[in-house]
Amino acid sequence: MGAYLARRLMTNVLVFFLITIAIFWLVHKTPGDPIAMRIPPDQLNSGTAEYIAQRRHELGLDRPIVVQYWFWLVNAVQGDLGYSLLNGRPVTELLAERIGPTVELMLVGLLISLLIAFPLGILAARRRNSAWDYGTAVVSLGSVSIPVFFVALIGIYLFSLKLQLLPASGISDPTNPGLLDTLSHLVLPAVILGFANSGTYLRYVRSSMITELNADYVRTAEAKGASPRRVVVRHALRNSLIPVLTVIATNMGQLLGGAVVIEQVFAWPGMGQLAVSSVFQQDYSVIVGFALLVAILVLLSNLLADVLYTLVDPRVRLR
Amino acid sequence: MTVHEPEPLLRIEGLHVEFPTEDGVVHAVDGVSMEVNPGEIVAVVGESGSGKSVTAMSVLRLLREPPARVRADALTFRGQDLRAMPPRRLRAVRGGPVGMIFQDPMTALNPVMTIGDQIAEAVLLHQERRDRRAAQARAVELLELVGVPDPGQRARQYPHEFSGGMRQRAMIAMAIANDPDLIIADEPTTALDVTIQAQVLDLIQKAQAETGAATVLITHDLGVVAELADRVVVMYAGRVMETAGVEDLFVRPRHPYTVGLLASLPRMDTDTDALDPIPGNPPNMSNPPPGCPFHPRCPLARERCRAERPALLDLGGGRRSACHFPEEVGP
Repeated sequence: MGAYLARRLMTNVLVFFLITIAIFWLVHKTPGDPIAMRIPPDQLNSGTAEYIAQRRHELGLDRPIVVQYWFWLVNAVQGDLGYSLLNGRPVTELLAERIGPTVELMLVGLLISLLIAFPLGILAARRRNSAWDYGTAVVSLGSVSIPVFFVALIGIYLFSLKLQLLPASGISDPTNPGLLDTLSHLVLPAVILGFANSGTYLRYVRSSMITELNADYVRTAEAKGASPRRVVVRHALRNSLIPVLTVIATNMGQLLGGAVVIEQVFAWPGMGQLAVSSVFQQDYSVIVGFALLVAILVLLSNLLADVLYTLVDPRVRLR
Repeated sequence: MTVHEPEPLLRIEGLHVEFPTEDGVVHAVDGVSMEVNPGEIVAVVGESGSGKSVTAMSVLRLLREPPARVRADALTFRGQDLRAMPPRRLRAVRGGPVGMIFQDPMTALNPVMTIGDQIAEAVLLHQERRDRRAAQARAVELLELVGVPDPGQRARQYPHEFSGGMRQRAMIAMAIANDPDLIIADEPTTALDVTIQAQVLDLIQKAQAETGAATVLITHDLGVVAELADRVVVMYAGRVMETAGVEDLFVRPRHPYTVGLLASLPRMDTDTDALDPIPGNPPNMSNPPPGCPFHPRCPLARERCRAERPALLDLGGGRRSACHFPEEVGP
C-alpha cells in the first residue's frame, strides 16, 4: 500500500513540473503586453515606450523566460505565487478568497451528477434496450451536447424570471442571510453543473454495469438465492465502480471548466470569474496561479482515485 | 389403480431451450428428459455444445430470459413445479435445497468480496432470522469441511489470494452450505490442473456422502463418470442419446454415439497407442440435420435415420436409447 501510493505520488510530482513548464511558457507566449494594456490610449506619447521598458525591467519581464520561470518556481514551491500585475495583491490571497465558492459549487455539482448518473445508469443496464434505456440515453445525450451556458440561461428564465422561485445570480443575499438563502442561491448553478456532467458518468455506469451483470460471479450470486436488488447492490455495483472512478477523476478538469462558465452566468464569486477577468487583463501571475491550482486539483483528484481503487478493489493492493 | 411410482427428486421432461442469434435460432436443448432420484449421482456427458450446461442452468432458471427461450413439459423439484414458481420461492430453492458448483472458480467468485463473506452470504440468504455472526462462523466451518487449511485466516482473504483448487473448494463450500438435497456441478474440474482435479472430485464425492445429496455431475470426462456416477445421461446436439447405469453403459452401450465416445478414450488394457476419434464434427445447432442428429457421423446410419427422428425408447432395466437400431449396436 505504502509503496503503491509512493509510486503514484512520484508520477504526480513529475507531471506537476511538466505542467508548470507548459503553463508558464504558454502564458508568456500570448500576444500583447500587460504594461501597455494599463495605459489609456489617449495618454500614449513619446515617453510611453521608455516607461513601459522601465516597468518591464522593474517587474523582471525583460529577463529570459527560463530565468523568469526559475524565480517563479523557487517562490511557488514556497507558496509565493507573486503579485497581481493589476492591483499588486498577492496571487495566493486572491485565489484563496475565491477557491471556497468554486469548490463548493464543484462538489455539490459532482454529487448531483452522481445522483443522476448512478440510478439512471443502473436502471438502463438492468433494462437494456427498453424504453427506460432509450430514455436515459436521451438524458445523457442532452447533458453532453447542450452547452452549459444555454442550460443556465434557460434555468434562469424558468426558475428566476417566470416562476420567481430562485435568485438569478450571486452566492448569497446579505440582507437575508441564512441556510435557506445559501441553498436557494446554490441550487440552480449546482443542478445545472451536475446535469452537464451527469451524461458522461451515466454512460460509463451503464456500460460498466452491463459488463458486471453478465459476469460469472453474478450468476453464482443468483444461484445462491440472491435477489436482483442484492445482486446489483452487493455484487455488481462495487465491481462496476472501478472504471467509473477513473472517469470521475479524469473528468475533474471538465467539471471545473463547467464551473467557470456557470460562475460567469450566475455571477458566482469563484475562481472562474477571477480567471476570466485576469485573462482579459493579461494579468500573467494570476493566470499562472489559477492554472497551477487547476493542475493541482486534477492531480489530487487522480491521486484520490488511486487511493479509492485500493479500497474498492482488493487486487490493486498487490500491484 | 395404477402403481404409484415414487416421485423423483428432480424431473425434467421435454425441455427446450432456444437462443436467437444473428445466424438464426440456436436450439441448444431440444426435448431433453431426465430424472434424478434422491441420493444418486447422475453424470451428464457430452461434447462441448451438446447442451448439458444449458440444461443444468435451466433447472434453477438461471438463464437470462430473454434472450433465452425456455419451455418444458415438466420441470419439478420435490414435486414442485419450478416453471410456475414465483421469484421469491424460486430464490428459496436456489442455494437452499439445490446447490450449484460452476466450472471456472476464477470468474465464478466475486473478486471484491472475501471468500468468507461469499460463503456466509449463501448461509445468510437462507436463514430464518439473519444472524451475521452465525453465518460467518458457519462459513469458517464449511471451509474447514472442504479441506481449506487455516480456514479462519483464509475466510478473510479474497479470491485472487486463493489457488484454483482452493477456489473450487470454496465454491463447493457455498454449494453445500445449506445441506442441499441436490447438487448440480457444471464441469467442476474442467478449469483445474490435472493434479487438482482428483482432489476436487474426491471432495465432491465426500460432500455428496456427507449431505446425502443427489448430484448431477456435468462433464465431458468419461473417466470422471466411471469413477463417480451411478447413472449416466449421454447428450448430443441438445438431445439425450442414451441413459443407463454406469456399468451397463461402459460394458454394453446401446447407442452408436456412446460407442464412439468410449472408443475415443485412451485405454490401459490394450496395446494400441492410437485413439479412435468419432469422425466428423458435431452439428451446427442453428441448422441441425433432419432425423437423428448423429446420422452424419454414425457407422450404422441408413435411410430411416436420415428421415425419422428416433424417440428415447425404454429398453428395460433402467436403460433408454434414442437409436432406431439399439439391438445392432455393439462395442
